[in-house]
Amino acid sequence: MKKFLALLLTAVMVFAMAACSAPAADETEPAAESTAAPAEDTSDKPAATGSVYYLNFKPEADAAWQELAKKYTELTGVPVKVVTAASGDYQTTLTSEMDKSEAPTLFQCGNQGALNTWGEYCLDLKDTDFYKEMTTDDFNLFGENGEVLAAGYCYEAFGIIVNKALLEKAGHSIDEITNFETLKAVADDIHARAAELGFDAFSSSGLDGSSSWRFSGHLANMPLFYEFRDDNVTSQPATITGKYLDNYKAIWDLYTTDTATTGADIITATGDMSSGEFKEGKAVFYQNGTWEYAGLVEAGLKPEDLAMIPIYCGVEGEEKAGLCCGTENCWSVNKEASEENIQATLDFMKWVVTSEEGTTMMAEQFGPCPFKSAKTPENVFFAQANDYIAKGNYVVTWAFNYTPAVEDWRAGVVDALSKYVAGGSWDDVKTAFVDGWAAQYAAEHAE
Amino acid sequence: MRFWKRKRDDAALNSILIRRPIQRYFWLFLLPTFAAFCVGFLYPFCKGLFLSFCKFKTTSKWTWVGLTNYAKALADPSFMHAFWYTAIFALVSLIIINILAFAVAYVLTQGIKGSNLFRTVFFMPNLIGGIVLGYIWSMIFDGILTHYGTSILLETKYGFWGLIILMCWQQIGYMMIIYIAGLQSVPEDMIEAAKIDGATKWQTLWRITIPNVMPSITICTFLTLTNSFKLFDQNLALTGGRPFIMQAGGLTVKTTEMLALNIVNSFYSTNVNSRGVGQAKAVLFFILVAAIGLIQLKSTRSKEVQQ
Amino acid sequence: MSKHIETLSQEQRSKRILTFTFAVIAVFYVLPIMLVLINSLKSNSYVNMETFALPNAKSFVGLDNYKTGMTFGNYPFIKSVLYSLFITVVSSALILICTSMAAWYIARVGSLFSKIVYYLCVFSMVVPFQMVMFTLAKTADTLKLNTPWTIPIVYLGFGAGLAVFMFTGFVKALPLEIEEAAAIDGCRVVFPMLKPTMISVGVLEIMWVWNDYLLPYLVLDINKYRTIPIHIQYLKGSYGTVDLGATMALIMLSIVPVIVFYLTCQKYIIKGVAAGAVKG
Repeated sequence: MKKFLALLLTAVMVFAMAACSAPAADETEPAAESTAAPAEDTSDKPAATGSVYYLNFKPEADAAWQELAKKYTELTGVPVKVVTAASGDYQTTLTSEMDKSEAPTLFQCGNQGALNTWGEYCLDLKDTDFYKEMTTDDFNLFGENGEVLAAGYCYEAFGIIVNKALLEKAGHSIDEITNFETLKAVADDIHARAAELGFDAFSSSGLDGSSSWRFSGHLANMPLFYEFRDDNVTSQPATITGKYLDNYKAIWDLYTTDTATTGADIITATGDMSSGEFKEGKAVFYQNGTWEYAGLVEAGLKPEDLAMIPIYCGVEGEEKAGLCCGTENCWSVNKEASEENIQATLDFMKWVVTSEEGTTMMAEQFGPCPFKSAKTPENVFFAQANDYIAKGNYVVTWAFNYTPAVEDWRAGVVDALSKYVAGGSWDDVKTAFVDGWAAQYAAEHAE
Repeated sequence: MRFWKRKRDDAALNSILIRRPIQRYFWLFLLPTFAAFCVGFLYPFCKGLFLSFCKFKTTSKWTWVGLTNYAKALADPSFMHAFWYTAIFALVSLIIINILAFAVAYVLTQGIKGSNLFRTVFFMPNLIGGIVLGYIWSMIFDGILTHYGTSILLETKYGFWGLIILMCWQQIGYMMIIYIAGLQSVPEDMIEAAKIDGATKWQTLWRITIPNVMPSITICTFLTLTNSFKLFDQNLALTGGRPFIMQAGGLTVKTTEMLALNIVNSFYSTNVNSRGVGQAKAVLFFILVAAIGLIQLKSTRSKEVQQ
Repeated sequence: MSKHIETLSQEQRSKRILTFTFAVIAVFYVLPIMLVLINSLKSNSYVNMETFALPNAKSFVGLDNYKTGMTFGNYPFIKSVLYSLFITVVSSALILICTSMAAWYIARVGSLFSKIVYYLCVFSMVVPFQMVMFTLAKTADTLKLNTPWTIPIVYLGFGAGLAVFMFTGFVKALPLEIEEAAAIDGCRVVFPMLKPTMISVGVLEIMWVWNDYLLPYLVLDINKYRTIPIHIQYLKGSYGTVDLGATMALIMLSIVPVIVFYLTCQKYIIKGVAAGAVKG
């Protein structure tokens, strides 16, 4: 018997050692993890009654959010955890996070598709102090009974970014470009003399995941916008006709012809390559949005050389078009969160849009924000967006916000575009666009 | 074997001496594993089985829908496509990998110079994870294919053969090790005897060597088969299912999407209504893989008895 | 044999040809890894355009990619390495210790319960991860098993099947007399006897956990904790910031420890694979 006890004792010791090794490692946790620790560390502090968990979807704003959250915690003692989903993975992350015990209290619900899915989790913001700070309903998303389910906290604009200095070097002026024909004429001319000039018309239109959203999302907005405008669409349509797809083809062909990167090379070209070409002065035109401004200036481009023009695609009357303004940046508050957490979240949101620190950061990161105390950003692209509006041009709204199952639909379009640039048929793109929309809509609304 | 067995039977009476004290320390011996097993397998398995009959967005909010999910899963063209694609892939990779692995193992056991070095090199890719492998090979394939104005993401056949090449590169070494172990256990004197009888090398291989390594062949066959059916990481990283085919009515079929990836995609796609269907697909997938696995267990066990 | 000098030399010649052929194949076998190394030294845009070219004066950037790679993708690479290392070591150790004890109990105590547990374990071996992934992620989260410090418990639970199966098979084959002797000398007898199986199981578990992508991806709080496979997968996804050179550098860095581990423990790994395959 004694021998057996000895044996067991040894076994116990072995096991205990193993058991100890796991908790011992726990001590290193705070050291290893600095950004998101508060939510856990303060759980036993009686002072804080609620906490905030923000699931952010802009990786480029992550650092700013983390810093702001830290500041808020220092000021109020309320723990704010900011988690940023990898781009393209927001829905996946949100889905798994929402199922967790500590679900996000504040999350993004940027379009109709997201609202279809998450609407039942969204708190009506109508009577909150935060909502009273808002200056417009233009960027908000509503429920069936007019509830404010998602609040657009900033807006953005996209178009074709132009390097005016290069354009002049090529003997052209930005004033020449007023519609698709003139854009094409200028681009064709630059492309034809690319070797001599040392730069080409358009930067690469890569279809790698890091770049493809510019075309399956932003560029695709053009045919969607004009179609919806013609048909007076004001809510998510079950089907689309794609009647402006020829215009989409025209501008896409222009992008992929008057450029250094053509054919199958486009499929693997990345977003970095495209922005790199523009920053290094190898391309005059670069389709992107206001959010690129800081990066471009940082890379040494002079603000006075930069301009953003509307995306012209050959639609009648497009001389009066403005930039594509809208937002996918809408906040929703998780209704299922505890009352203290909801309150803490609303307080945090209000602080972000009213405090000095918050408004500064918002202006820097997100540009103009529709709040009473918002600051004016120093971004020439926004000034331009406003100029177009002031001149009486129509705003091209973000029609793609109606896209059902956004990521799946876009993936289909990107795949079809890839086939097309490698010599495939444009019909694939049409199918992906039109039939894909109907199918994704049906799947999303299936019972 | 027989010798040991008899001894054990003799000792069976004594075993009570050992049994009792262990039994008393059940909590120490069995409980930790069992508890973790419940958390990490048993409960999720049962809950998953249950949820396959429900419509749900999150695990806590569900409504019972009976067999609807299964009907939808079986009617889903992308799922059926993934099934056939996986089955064909499994068959092709099974044949190629096993033939090559056996050939390599056979040569390496012939006592050629540098056998050990070759074995080391051939086995190495096994230790690299599927995601990393996928990216390495997507770089290589794209490096080649861009010269021909195309990409692995454009043609189903490129994706298919690309994945076959990747899997061969990864798995031949593994199967080779098993075949080498099998070949080394072929009785030397049998081969010598065949040589003396004037059998050619080819005859020796077919009549003596292959029948003797049958157990290894069975194991490798099943391993390659289950590996192909469960393949996920490499599939995700290499093509991620591309290129797509839009069917009439707009349903997308991802032509290089295999079963595991199809299931994960139906769970975590933007469209959360398909989650119950995803779980039903997972159950069907489980039945399929389990069937292959159980046949394997049975056949290896019956081989053990024979020996 | 010396009688057939001619055939011998012929055999030698054919062996030489085989050695040569295999040497060529072996070179092709390591080529993909060499390509990663080569491209990790080139600047971003050249990786895509001239994948197979050696770095030249224009494309060579030295170790720059390794430097940028360290902080690339909004996440320090070194953290993923440490998490991967920790999770792999602790999970494997936990599996080895707990399942070997459980297997011993199962093999020695023939109660109905232990039989049930055994067959459940065998059953779990054939269940693909996709079957349980969704509910497992949720369960792990509820029980706070979603950190690197606690995820080994999930690995123990999901990986118990194979380990219990292999250990039980081994313990059953052990003659009882040895254990009676062990009663005299304590564990010093039984544990060394378990060593070969321990190594086999250990190798299989280490390979599994180190390379696993989906389980940690779904279970861990991926913004705080990323293992190497998750990190690599995330590099591909970020908007606008795919630095292929840096990606190659990180892939290289993630392969190096594996190769070092392999070359040092080669004997055990190959034995473990052979043994594991025969039993599993």
